Amino acid sequence: MLIDILIPIVTMTALAVLFAGILAVANIAFSVEKDPRVEEILEALPGANCGACGYAGCAAFAEAVAKGEAPVNGCPVGREKVAEEICRIMGVSGEQESEAERHTARLVCQGTHEAAKTKMDYHGVQDCRAATLINGGDKTCPYGCLGLGTCVRACPFDAIQMGDDGLPDIDQELCTGCGKCVEACPKDVISMFPSSAEVMVACNSKAKGAPVLKACKVGCIACGKCVKVCPQDAISMVDNLAVIDSHKCTNCGTCIEACPTNAIVRV
Amino acid sequence: MQEILLIFFGAVFFNNFVLNRFLGICPFLGVSKRIETSLGMGMAVAFVMTLASIITWVLQGLVLNKLGLEYLQTITFILVIAALVQFVEMFLQKVSPTLHKALGVFLPLITTNCAILGIALLNIDFGYNLLQTIVHALGAALGFTLALILLAGIREKLEINDVPDAFAGIPIALISAGILALAFSGFVL
Repeated sequence: MLIDILIPIVTMTALAVLFAGILAVANIAFSVEKDPRVEEILEALPGANCGACGYAGCAAFAEAVAKGEAPVNGCPVGREKVAEEICRIMGVSGEQESEAERHTARLVCQGTHEAAKTKMDYHGVQDCRAATLINGGDKTCPYGCLGLGTCVRACPFDAIQMGDDGLPDIDQELCTGCGKCVEACPKDVISMFPSSAEVMVACNSKAKGAPVLKACKVGCIACGKCVKVCPQDAISMVDNLAVIDSHKCTNCGTCIEACPTNAIVRV
Repeated sequence: MQEILLIFFGAVFFNNFVLNRFLGICPFLGVSKRIETSLGMGMAVAFVMTLASIITWVLQGLVLNKLGLEYLQTITFILVIAALVQFVEMFLQKVSPTLHKALGVFLPLITTNCAILGIALLNIDFGYNLLQTIVHALGAALGFTLALILLAGIREKLEINDVPDAFAGIPIALISAGILALAFSGFVL
């Protein structure tokens, strides 16, 4: 009777001990040296796995930093705070690394409820992607912001709020430049700008002058005045839309004065 | 020879582990978003399935049957599989970092995969010899990989389609999997 209970107990225990032994030996025999700094860096990172650094998630970035392949301040989300922490872990001083220019997302549309006309009443799914499927959305301008907040929901850092004027308000301080909203926007009306670019064309319309005037009070009508007045030759017309070359632009603001529709603004 | 082929193709198509026996559904839905990852998962499963089948078969013959402990089959096999997966992971990390990188993330998922336990138990139930066991394991793993890749292909296509909100994600994947299983049941008739 006792033996009937003992045999299975002993067998199972023996098996368990055997496997434990094998695993214990294997743990020592097959141990791989890992850089302890990788773990530490990973701890310091925000852990959003947004990919804004150009690596596949925080773990890949931490590994690259430990190997010296990525800059210590390569995380655009954590900025100085995280960079300092990583500097401490890596034992380098932060000044050695040149600071990469910060890029943030900006809305290139000023088509508020007031400024932009609508061609229909939209009562469908409250999402820009859904609205776009129905004849391009309710705005008369086919390039403008629909203001249904797809970008607000896409932002992992709560940097975008929907304003009362029907346009999303992107908090430039909170924006980490991850680009999730740029990806999510079906109208491509959010773009990334370097922080040095203070003057920007806040319109996305590639239509000619007349249809823009009919659809929106603040659209770029491709009149070309800004191109002529720019002392740096930094502005060009591409697809009926003024484009400012941020490398040449000195933020002088001459174009802002010249623009008849106030489509060019200072941030 | 004919019997071996029958076991192999039977495990791949007729008794497909995922679509007919409904084993290993968790990885079937979990890692079938991209064809690439599903292939990696399939390889990892093939690797562990074959090894686990061999070890559990030997253990059954040498230990459990000898001592009359057949009723401890399930718990013993779980022990074996869990230990084996841990061991394989450590082994791969040391010997082949590239392979570990390709299969590594999937290995812990297999620890508790019922398809592995299923094949180990079925081998014994069917009274297979060692060769038949290995062939059965390989066939089952291939069938698992096949099902995973088929669903991954469908889901990649679904991604660019306009799926109604209520069906987006897992629901539409489950419906696709159901239709896939229905198609596979055609092999039996």
